[in-house]
Amino acid sequence: MYETKYHKASSVSEAVSLMGAADDGKFLSGGQTLLPTMKAHLAAPSDLVDVSGIAEMNGVSVSGGTVTIGAATTHAEVAGNAALQDACAGVADLAANIGDPAVRHLGTIGGSIANNDPAADYPAALLALGATIKTNTREITADDFFVGLFETALDDDEVIVSVSFEVPSKACYAKFPNPASRYALAGVFAALTSAGARIAVTGAGDDGVYRQTDMEAALDNSWNADAISGVLVGAEGMLSDMHGDATYRANLVKVMAGRAVAGC
Amino acid sequence: MNEGIGARVLRKEDKRFLIGKGRYTDDIVEQNQAYAAFVRSPHAHAIVKNIDASAAEAMDGVVAVLNGAGLTGDGIGNIICGWAVNSKDGSPMNMGAWSALATDKVRYVGDAVAIVIADDLATARLAAEAVEVDYETLPVVVQSTAALEDGAPQIHENAPNNLIFDWEIGEEAATDAALASAAYTTEMDIVNNRLSPNAMEPRAAIATFNEADDHYTLYTTSQNPHVARLVLSAFYNVAPEHKLRVIAPDVGGGFGSKIYIYPEEIACLWASMKTNRSVKWTSDRTEAFLTDAHGRDHITHAKIGFDKNHKIVGLKVDTKANLGAYMSLFSSAVPTYLYATLLSGQYNIANIHCNVKAVYTNTVPVDAYRGAGRPEASFVMERMMETAAREMGVNPAELRRKNFIQEFPHQTPVIMAYDSGDFAANQDQAIKAADYAGFEARRAEAASRGKLRGIGFSNYIEACGIAPSAAVGSLGAGVGLWESAEVRVNPVGTIEVLTGSHSHGQGHETTFAQIVAERFGLPTENIQIVHGDTDKVQFGMGTYGSRSGAVGMSAIVKAMDKVEAKVKKIGAHVLEASEDDIIIEDGAVKVKGTDKQMLWHEVGLAAYTAHNIPEGMEPGLKETSFYDPSNFTFPAGCYICEVEVDPETGTTEIVQFVASDDFGTIINPMIVEGQVHGGIAQGIGQALLEGVVYDDSGQLLSASYMDYTMPRADDLPSYSVHHQSTECPGNPLGMKGCGEAGAIGSPPAVINAITDAIGNNDLSMPATPAKVWAAIQTAGAKQAAE
Repeated sequence: MYETKYHKASSVSEAVSLMGAADDGKFLSGGQTLLPTMKAHLAAPSDLVDVSGIAEMNGVSVSGGTVTIGAATTHAEVAGNAALQDACAGVADLAANIGDPAVRHLGTIGGSIANNDPAADYPAALLALGATIKTNTREITADDFFVGLFETALDDDEVIVSVSFEVPSKACYAKFPNPASRYALAGVFAALTSAGARIAVTGAGDDGVYRQTDMEAALDNSWNADAISGVLVGAEGMLSDMHGDATYRANLVKVMAGRAVAGC
Repeated sequence: MNEGIGARVLRKEDKRFLIGKGRYTDDIVEQNQAYAAFVRSPHAHAIVKNIDASAAEAMDGVVAVLNGAGLTGDGIGNIICGWAVNSKDGSPMNMGAWSALATDKVRYVGDAVAIVIADDLATARLAAEAVEVDYETLPVVVQSTAALEDGAPQIHENAPNNLIFDWEIGEEAATDAALASAAYTTEMDIVNNRLSPNAMEPRAAIATFNEADDHYTLYTTSQNPHVARLVLSAFYNVAPEHKLRVIAPDVGGGFGSKIYIYPEEIACLWASMKTNRSVKWTSDRTEAFLTDAHGRDHITHAKIGFDKNHKIVGLKVDTKANLGAYMSLFSSAVPTYLYATLLSGQYNIANIHCNVKAVYTNTVPVDAYRGAGRPEASFVMERMMETAAREMGVNPAELRRKNFIQEFPHQTPVIMAYDSGDFAANQDQAIKAADYAGFEARRAEAASRGKLRGIGFSNYIEACGIAPSAAVGSLGAGVGLWESAEVRVNPVGTIEVLTGSHSHGQGHETTFAQIVAERFGLPTENIQIVHGDTDKVQFGMGTYGSRSGAVGMSAIVKAMDKVEAKVKKIGAHVLEASEDDIIIEDGAVKVKGTDKQMLWHEVGLAAYTAHNIPEGMEPGLKETSFYDPSNFTFPAGCYICEVEVDPETGTTEIVQFVASDDFGTIINPMIVEGQVHGGIAQGIGQALLEGVVYDDSGQLLSASYMDYTMPRADDLPSYSVHHQSTECPGNPLGMKGCGEAGAIGSPPAVINAITDAIGNNDLSMPATPAKVWAAIQTAGAKQAAE
């Protein structure tokens, strides 16, 4: 790891001002991607601003039909939250199957979506749930937030404070894990929200997480796995690598979507 | 409590591992210790035009930056392959030069170009990045068949077309004639996938040059410290043998990868002399993927013929073996004498011919990995047998049984003379344990749940305890393959056994103590096993090829024979009895039929005080033996794998795995079962999960656990492990060896089961979900077309 300067912020405003003062700073939350990247000498931020201890960025609340999760809330906390289990078990179950226990007790939802790894799980959930991402300056809808591979709508020095979404009437995530990394080779989050059926796919698309609108239309007519059996999922636009080519990923999107819908 | 042969004694070594007191190479800290980092080539094939270390040398804390010109200038020799294999035309193998630090050219990604020594590890690594190497890149070839083509990039000047040797075994004309006369033939292309060894402890070394004594000490992660010392001294000119001590302390797994002497140990020893500092290097996981010798990587075409009664008449095999960019220590023996000599399998085959071309590519060297040649042979044979059975429409178990060798000794046409076995007994035991008769009902039930269920057999045979020395010498081996032991009875009766075997997970401190406990009726706590230090142990060939039981323990038995003879003489003298009437049992020396006895410690005391021993006898009680076996041993068995495949995703679940092994005498069943479990896990890893992938430019894509799939607990079933043994007639304990069997026997069983389930025999390892799904689509399309 190259030399870096570590700062621990106690409030969002302090975090933002520390970042403003840094040459080439990075926000550090659970560090489950950033720290290994730095150890491999593939990233060399001048400063790390640790946001994990900021109170307003921690915790899960369910109130008035809205779920709010602080950006620095760990996957383990999300997985173990009883109110969330009642309101939207699909998200809690998704968190329970990210990585391994060490990752789940350090990694956070804000870190995951800010990194926007094309095979990460949370982006699919937030996109399918039509979530709102609240930062220190504004609110961004999930549809606008996830821009492409490892790309988001976040500006430099902008930090995610929390994410929130309406409690859906149905929500379920089906993931086919990469046999090695156990990230998603294809993961599909299916949700029935007040805005209708929303299907988001991670791991498979060559431009990152995306909505499968043909399936959404089919499910708006009738919410069951059979409804999407006729939807064609082509290999075009799918990722292809040593673990699965585009044709296989297209198949997995279809199969996992069916399982997600059936699981709701 | 019985702690002798056959007892499930808990592992004596586990206490220190479980309480975190294991002593691995990286745990050791020498005075004045500096740290090494290597500058490695990012290119798979390039000319090194210039190395500019000035920026690195100017950094605070950097002790030195040393390169290949300096190394060769100081007379450090090239790394060699220790087994000479000639081509079929009699010409010697084309061994290319391999300097520990590249001089003019790099030949794989990770090839070491320079070594940086610094006061701390972080500085060493930063300085290594600051070394500027000017490369002129060259065309790259990573696959064996492509490397043999005309116009392929040439990796070593003295190996035209990248051919190392073109070797054969068996009678080609007779085999061709037999196949021509066959009533049925089966032909297949078979790939044995390339694997990364992944020992839990990465390789490490600490080299210390003592200027005052002109003496070197090397702590290193070795399976065979004496062989390391011999090679470092005799071939690499690092130091004369008597001025070099090699210690392999606790070693966390080897699987073959820690047999070889790598560039890093050589460079650290030399750098210690150059800098007058202790030099420590510990591989990180990425370096391990890039530089630890890989295993397997065969591309094979095979043809087998049967007569009208389904008896095998001939087998012809053609294999291309990828040995990587340089010839590692035993690389030449693996695809020849450890592979083609096992192609008779468990079957009576009159005619076998095998041709092997060994090939250079721009990849890390390939050498022995758990099984070493024998997994490749059993995969060829058992895939062929299963496929032939399907094509001829006969039961695969019956086809095998019809061809089993039933009389021993049995001379195969490919050197090996099998000494014992009862292959039908192992098959019977496995078939019963697997409830083979109930399989079709289970298949139907699985189908009702939408799952494809299949079953596959593998009847493996392998060869352990490679020997005798004169025979392997005549085949080109540069070393003898005996083992030594020294049994020291102390004056108080406790015993130290110094063994040339090396334990890096095998549990020698327990099993070796058990045979001593059995022999003299002593508790194992009174017995200490000493290994891994060239200053303590007389000499030894180390641990690999499942040799420590059959060869290492036999040496201990031979040394104990001598101890026993002396003890009986002392007993007879002191107890005033005839030597013929002396017996040793329950920790005492007794006169048969009387109540006269000496306790064991009294014998020790008598030997060392020498107040009352037979006239002319030397004092002390310490005996040494060098044991050279008369033959290989031949563990064998029958494995049955049952799988369920999800046709929607191609995911394979192993729902049953049955092993029936013939290991001869078993010292500690718990440790043997552990070896079988681990071996099967690695075999399932090869069959379902693991595969090294280089891209066309020679970059290693599978360079971390994000992409290289190691088997995890939830990938593996609960094994059903059984034994059905015949005693090995070739060594005093009747042992055959168990360390590699699981990895040798399991891959064909898994692939046979999956291909049975999906109805498509065209499936390569690792059978990932993506590949299995694609094979299901192909089978479905074929079926639809028909």
